[in-house]
Order: sequence, then C-alpha cells, then structure tokens
Amino acid sequence: MLHEQELKTFVEGTTNFFEVAAQQPASIGSPYLMEGAPQVHEYTGVINVSGKREGVVFFTAPKAMLTVLLMKMQENDFSHETMRDLVGEVANTISGNARRDFGREFVISVPCVLSGEKPELPQKPGLRSFIIPINWRSHSAKLVVSLT
Amino acid sequence: MNAKRSYKLLIVDDSNIMRRRIERSQQFEELQLVGTAGNGVDAIELFKMHDPDVVTMDLTMPRMDGIECIGKLVALKPAVRILVISALADKATAVEAMEKGANGFLNKPFTDRQLNEAFAELMR
Repeated sequence: MLHEQELKTFVEGTTNFFEVAAQQPASIGSPYLMEGAPQVHEYTGVINVSGKREGVVFFTAPKAMLTVLLMKMQENDFSHETMRDLVGEVANTISGNARRDFGREFVISVPCVLSGEKPELPQKPGLRSFIIPINWRSHSAKLVVSLT
Repeated sequence: MNAKRSYKLLIVDDSNIMRRRIERSQQFEELQLVGTAGNGVDAIELFKMHDPDVVTMDLTMPRMDGIECIGKLVALKPAVRILVISALADKATAVEAMEKGANGFLNKPFTDRQLNEAFAELMR
C-alpha cells in the first residue's frame, strides 16, 4: 500500500508533465482512496507495475482534453490512434518519472491503452486505488495509482 | 563532430507523437532524418539500411527495449552517437545506458530547448 510521501511522487510527476509537455500547469486535486474499479474517461493508458511494487498506474482522460493537449504539443493529427498514443505516453511518462524515487526495481510495462465505453480495467483483488484528480483548462482527468 | 557536415539521424520511440515531436523540434540543419522506428528490432534493421550517425533512443519499448538495442547498435558502429530520451528517471538506468554506449540522456517530458541542448552536446 502506498504511503502519503510515495503518492507525492505521482502528484509531482503529473504536475511536471503538464508544466513541461503542455506548457500550462494543471491543478491537482486532493488525492483520495477508493475501493473497486474507478470510473474512467474515453481514453485510458495503463501501465502494469512489477518488481519491488506490484499493481497498475493509469491515466484516464476525455477526448476533448487530449485534443487540446495535442494542440499545445503542436501536433496536428487528432485521430483515434493518436489519442491512444498520447494517453499511453502520459501514463508512461508519469510512471517512468516515479523511478526517480522508487528506483529501478519499480518495473513498468509498455502502455496498454483502453478506449470506448466501460473498458475492463486490470485490478488486483484487495488492492485499493488512490485517485489523483487533474484539472487542466476546463477539462478533468485522473491518475489512478493502485500498488502494493 | 564537425558542424558543417550532415549527420544521418534515426529516431527510435514507440510513440508516434514522440517521434514526430523530436523530428519537428530539433533545429539542426545538419541533422538529416533517415528513418524512425517504434521498437529495437525495427531500429536495428533501419540502422543496417541507413547507417545513421546519430540515434535518439527510447528505453521502454515492445519487442526489444532500448538498453539492449543500444548495445547492438554500438557493436555495429562504435562511433554512433546515441541520445537516450526516456521517462525512466532513476540514476541506475541512466548509468546502465551510458555503460552500454549511450552518449547522452534526456528525461521525458522535455522542452524544445532541452532537446536542442542535448543534441548540441551530442554533436560537440
């Protein structure tokens, strides 16, 4: 189970991603705990974690937010495939950055992307999820961290 | 490296967005893109085909990861200059990449300025 200090790593990673990649800071809400599968948006990038910690980290966002994010990144392809690519890249970047604090034994997978209505999220039984709310411009997204 | 000659560039990253971003943001006329690859296996194939001088290398990729790929590229061409561009932010990974033969390491996310500084350092 994550400690508060460890959660801070993911909050900082999320803050840094929007500041640098989108050149516009996001407002990060207070993280909260929940049991069961959290609700997701249209696109979800999932990173499986193994090694010293096990579980998943995922970033889920609506298409409208990803479209603006792509524009800010000077991207001009707004296809379904590019949305999937972006959501996976955000999840990968935030999870990879977490190794600054967790070390190389925090092993991350390549991103797996889910899209469409009610996708099936990978979940370890008995593991609770921390939800980190992300507000950026007029859009809301979430980072979900579910680790042993 | 001499700034007046041109250098063949290969971009390796499993994200299309990242590949396009690197291509678009680099500001060196002497860098001529010869190919892009989404994994280490395709990177080696393109490397043999185009003999690039400079490679940007992601680390977390399907089929063959960047660390393994760096070792194989350096074995093919010891003089190749490799810039790792990765989200993996722990020191041990950076050290391992350098030991395998990488010449620079840039963490994602990055600004255009950071990217160009890393390229400049690589070609110095």
